[in-house]
Amino acid sequence: MSSVTADHIPPSVGHDDHAHDHVPTGWRRWVFATNHKDIGTMYLIFSFCMLLEGGTLALLLRTELFEPGIQFFQPELFNQFTTMHGLIMIFGAIMPAFVGFANWMIPLQIGASDMAFARMNNFSFWLLPVGAILLTASFFVPGGANASGWTMYAPLSLQMGPGMDFAIFAVHILGASSIMGAINIIVTILNMRAPGMTLMKMPMFCWSWLVTAYLLLAVMPVLAAAVTMLLTDRHFGTHFFNAAGGGDPVLYQHVFWFFGHPEVYIMILPAFGIVSQIIPTFARKRLFGYASMVYAICAIAILSFLVWAHHMFTTGMPVTAQLFFMYGTMLISIPTGVKVFNWTATMWRGSMTFETPMLWAIGFIFVFTIGGFTGLVLAIAPIDIQAQDTYYVVAHFHYVLVAGSLFALFGAAYYWLPKWCGHMYDEKLGKLHFWSSMISFNVAFFPMHFLGLAGMPRRYADYAAQFTTFHQVATIGAFWFGLSQLIFIYVVVKAVRSTGPTVAASPWESAEGLEWTVPSPAPHHTFVTPPQYEG
Amino acid sequence: MKMVRGLLGMIALSWMAVATAQVQDIPGGPAVDQLNVTPGVTPISQEIHELHWMILIVCTIIFIGVFGTMLYSIVKHRKSKGYKAAKFDENLSIELTWTVIPFLIIVGMAIPASRTVVAMKDTTGADLTIKATGYQWKWGYEYLDGPATGVHFLSNLSTPQDQIDGKAPKSNTYLLEVDRPLVVPVDKKVRVVLTASDVIHSWMVPDFGVKQDAVPGYLRDTWFRAEKVGTYRGQCAELCGKNHAYMPIVVEVKSAEDYAKWVKDQKAAMAAATEDPNKTWSKDELFAKGKEVFAANCVACHQANGQGIPGTFPALNGDKKFVLAPMKEQILTELNGHPGTAMAAFRDQLNDVQLAAVITYTRNAWDNAGKGPDPVVQPSDVKALR
Repeated sequence: MSSVTADHIPPSVGHDDHAHDHVPTGWRRWVFATNHKDIGTMYLIFSFCMLLEGGTLALLLRTELFEPGIQFFQPELFNQFTTMHGLIMIFGAIMPAFVGFANWMIPLQIGASDMAFARMNNFSFWLLPVGAILLTASFFVPGGANASGWTMYAPLSLQMGPGMDFAIFAVHILGASSIMGAINIIVTILNMRAPGMTLMKMPMFCWSWLVTAYLLLAVMPVLAAAVTMLLTDRHFGTHFFNAAGGGDPVLYQHVFWFFGHPEVYIMILPAFGIVSQIIPTFARKRLFGYASMVYAICAIAILSFLVWAHHMFTTGMPVTAQLFFMYGTMLISIPTGVKVFNWTATMWRGSMTFETPMLWAIGFIFVFTIGGFTGLVLAIAPIDIQAQDTYYVVAHFHYVLVAGSLFALFGAAYYWLPKWCGHMYDEKLGKLHFWSSMISFNVAFFPMHFLGLAGMPRRYADYAAQFTTFHQVATIGAFWFGLSQLIFIYVVVKAVRSTGPTVAASPWESAEGLEWTVPSPAPHHTFVTPPQYEG
Repeated sequence: MKMVRGLLGMIALSWMAVATAQVQDIPGGPAVDQLNVTPGVTPISQEIHELHWMILIVCTIIFIGVFGTMLYSIVKHRKSKGYKAAKFDENLSIELTWTVIPFLIIVGMAIPASRTVVAMKDTTGADLTIKATGYQWKWGYEYLDGPATGVHFLSNLSTPQDQIDGKAPKSNTYLLEVDRPLVVPVDKKVRVVLTASDVIHSWMVPDFGVKQDAVPGYLRDTWFRAEKVGTYRGQCAELCGKNHAYMPIVVEVKSAEDYAKWVKDQKAAMAAATEDPNKTWSKDELFAKGKEVFAANCVACHQANGQGIPGTFPALNGDKKFVLAPMKEQILTELNGHPGTAMAAFRDQLNDVQLAAVITYTRNAWDNAGKGPDPVVQPSDVKALR
């Protein structure tokens, strides 16, 4: 790795503060960025913009769903909104946000000077806006955007207009970006740890990302294959998914969910890592069961490859397949349970304070566990027959993806913001942001469990009048939740632009880890000489 | 001030009264603000209902245990109360305990669930087999055996467009009503064989505990044994395009006598409706019949005014490629569909008379009258190209 790090930090000037404190200025700093902190910042800003775009689409959906009947958007446009909401949130908001944190924090946590492949890092970021533009622009081509759902099931996706091709290329591009990001993270973690930091002494956030990066490497090519088969079926006369030509529409689902299920863990494992960093800090007590936490993450990752067809219980599988995928899925609740128990044990007999990051972390455990339990309910194949493709599923995955991943991301942002910008955020507003989001999230999504159990199918622009009350509550909650996020923008901007005194290297009383040994704000170049890790 | 408050209360109360008076529970369909999965009317749906309660209770107990502990810790073990942090960070026996116990709980859940899975998938020994075909956007049913063998029909949403657009008050069964429901006898094992003609659809009736995807080009099957006479309602559960929300499923479960009577009526109606494809029809006859066929099969995409939806579904009004052109290409398109688009093959859905009628209708409706060649297409023309 020496050749890579030497690329921009010549060893001869390794100790000369003036030489490497030089920060490039103007647009070149960002367009040609190779610094992990700059790239991390760009990732985070990008993903937040995508969060706002995807969130706006969600609010448009909820507007139409406030009452039965069609009031604002015709069903074909509504279907475009649901599809693009999903694609943008998953590939534009949640995944890049975690990569942003990885960029910022992994080198700081393992005592590395930068990511292993700095220029590839730049490339993998700048692919993202291209993908985002393709996705957004697809609304304006003839026929509009992809309206076949984020899952893009064939043969419906074969009927779509050119908007579908935009989505396919966007997925290719965003997938390539993810693969490069994953390679970078793996190489950085495996080769650039500070002397003394063995794998089993590594911070949990790095562990969760190491496993996640391997998942990404394994499944993003599978997704690329699935959408490429769609593309050739659409334009080059292949019949992968056409029974008349010897293909099988359900083959698409198998390939897609072989990507799709590990993808779920790609979006939640780094969140586990973040929560495992925050809880010990504010409980002033070491993480309980470090080793079992690591094993649990690995177990979840391995099991995630064996359960994909639980998304397909209603496609008509043989009874043995249904039992196999049911058992496999139920097993996942064991390592997941271990993690929740360990977090609780970490808090047990700690000396806790409840700053904003801690609130998000505890809130995460609370709502994520609800999502975990509904996951267990859905794992039971007979119950899934009733709940599949209803709002119960919508409620379930928003409990794990919004209340899970997104809450952890907010917790991480508050936790590390003082390190990034050198100023403490406004604690009162941070707490307001948390409570407002926490309550409104549940107002928006809890009623969806009832809707689903009552048989309300998902991806419907219009519904039977019996479902009206809960849809209205959900819409009110959704708008409240959406507006709550404006508080976050204000808090971050206020902290970043603050001219007050900077905080200490470790603004938290009991935070452990190398990232708290460098000054706040973290200088442009850190750990030019690797520190000795004693942890 | 008091008066204003009183007035507001009155309005709120009366609004609630109106709201609740308008929408009522649908027996065999969703109840107003229904909270839980229905117990339904089949052995399977009842087992699912019980399984759900069991798992919900187990999960709730664990939830209360974990978060009770956490809440106690949050209240007691806080720095503001001067609590000093303990030093432990592992305990092998406790970690093993909370790995093994959940495993045992899961085994306890899996045993009854497995029994239901095996029962659900056993489609053997059916008393009656019905084929259901998913179309964009309606269901087709065909009786494959039993006294009703050969009876087949399409089942379309019967909610008028005006209710959807908010121009008319919504009926209580809004979006859950069809022109021709599927009819089955009570207490008989009914096997439903499913397929689709265009994209994947899913046949769901919550009260039967049934949801099965219909996959184009493949056959899938499921079964139910309804134990109670009544009308049961469900909807398509797999995204199938624009009118996904508008292809409900309605099943009427009838007593043995009523079912026998229904079969007799169907057979008589089918015999009476047999049309002679060799007869020559007048333009007006074809136009009138074609208008009905168009309203049931074409209007969702091509729209009542024939303008289609720009960019998605082509206009027929003024279309020079097929409609205002010699009839051959239009007949072939109707029969075989247009690959790569939502235009379905109507070969198996419509007979020669219906196809001739609808083609004639498109050639004479809107601004098309008198513009293209072949204004009248006879059933024999369609038959020749089939």
